[in-house]
Amino acid sequence: MWPKKIKINFKKTEEVFFRVLTFLSTCLIILILLLLIYGIFHKGLPSLSWEMLTSTPKGGFYFGKEGGIVNAIIGSLYLSIGAVFLALIISLPVALFMNIHLKRRKKLLNTIRFFLDLLWGVPSIVYGAFGFSIMIAFGWKTSLLAGIITISMFIIPIMIRGMDEVLKTVPLGLFESTLSLGATNNNAAFGVIVKQCIPGIVTAILLSFGRAIGDAAAVLFTTGFTDRIPNSLFQPSASLPLSIFFQISSPIPEVKNRAYAAAVVLTLIILIISILSRYFTGKFKRNSIKF
Amino acid sequence: MQEDYHISVRDLDLFIGKQHILKNINVVIPRNKITVILGPSGCGKTTLLKSLNRLTDLYPEVKVNGNIFIDGEDILHSGRDITEIRKKMGLLAQRPYPLPMSIFNNVAFGLKMGGRNRKNLLHKRVENYLRQVNLFDEVKDRLKEPANSLSIGQQQRLCLARGLAVDPEIILADEPTSALDPISSQAIEQKFMELKSNYTIIVVTHILRQAKRIADYIVFMYLGEIIEHGPAKEVLENPKQEKTKMYLEGMFY
Repeated sequence: MWPKKIKINFKKTEEVFFRVLTFLSTCLIILILLLLIYGIFHKGLPSLSWEMLTSTPKGGFYFGKEGGIVNAIIGSLYLSIGAVFLALIISLPVALFMNIHLKRRKKLLNTIRFFLDLLWGVPSIVYGAFGFSIMIAFGWKTSLLAGIITISMFIIPIMIRGMDEVLKTVPLGLFESTLSLGATNNNAAFGVIVKQCIPGIVTAILLSFGRAIGDAAAVLFTTGFTDRIPNSLFQPSASLPLSIFFQISSPIPEVKNRAYAAAVVLTLIILIISILSRYFTGKFKRNSIKF
Repeated sequence: MQEDYHISVRDLDLFIGKQHILKNINVVIPRNKITVILGPSGCGKTTLLKSLNRLTDLYPEVKVNGNIFIDGEDILHSGRDITEIRKKMGLLAQRPYPLPMSIFNNVAFGLKMGGRNRKNLLHKRVENYLRQVNLFDEVKDRLKEPANSLSIGQQQRLCLARGLAVDPEIILADEPTSALDPISSQAIEQKFMELKSNYTIIVVTHILRQAKRIADYIVFMYLGEIIEHGPAKEVLENPKQEKTKMYLEGMFY
């Protein structure tokens, strides 16, 4: 009878092994996240001050003297909100078009998805270089607008695919039911399908917002860096990732620590935007139909 | 048969890709009666129903030939706006698909699209349609809550109310009770019996007993063809075709 016994034990061991594996992996991820946050806050919080959040860099800022990073904070918000907005007005129609008009064109749809995934994988420095070459062709200088356009180019694939994944889950029956009430395609798309998908659409927007505000490579050539707060789309602008980059490469400890403080600010902005949008989409989530 | 008919399908052929799904369908559907389209799964009942309000337009691989006359108008070749044609028909799907909004707005959605959105009247109208499906008393305290919070039987009645709200002449029902419990199914069937004095109702079903309970007129389909159609009593008690007889005896499903 002993072979049978061994088999049972093997099954059990397998079960236990994979359970431990999944548990450990989850713990590892949470641990890394906590360490990251701890590291940033531990080094950054002491240097974080009201002055830092409200003033622009003064003369000796990059040598550890007075001043702040408000130029980078405002610049980053301008850049990412502008880019997300621009990307949204392009991505939502594309995602809807794919899932309403092309819904049954499986081959075409899969080709489009394939190319979007490719675009998603292209590093942002390549978009930065592309944006730069366009700027040269048109004779533009580094500006907020160039940065917004470049960032929106590289978040558009992320946003479309994010929305596409949610819109894909809407059953055809819901669409058919809406049409049979005499709705036009547009009525159904914006009155019903988008409403149903708002939580997922917001997640897609957040995902691309996180990418937009955190990216340094795309803005390096296109937006430049300045100590002033831009007051027009055609001026260069600072951004938090570049501010972190410039400060952390300094040998002066005060400046290095300010880089971490800037990272704290960046993290908090993402956190606040996430919480706010979750809160405001709660109502729609309640209404979405579960299938 | 030449009496007052509402819908007349002539020489309808439907292909999905190269597959011949509906073959030479010729049938008339009488006004203000319950017509049951009966047949085993996969015989094209649902497809026939969907071609009646041109939901088949959604599928580019579907090709439809022939004519469907509703009130004398050929809807397959009509220049009229498709939404106008669809408004004539309410659809009840296999499972309820409530809209992702409140109970009130589910019914108001169709009213608003019809331009009938005067606020004080809207409330009256929504109440009226909810009463018609005996749902109002159950939901009157939570009209603002999501339609999602209703039970599945209530959702199906909500969908019926929503369909009635666009003021159709025809109700298309695609196995409307297949997802419901017996009591909710009974409620829907009963509603159909009451509604048939004002509406032409077409019900697709593969449940023979349901057909026996509600049908005035039966269309029996098998493998994309109409085998037999006629008044319910004739078809059920005295089928002329061998296949109908076999189906009624439960030889195949």
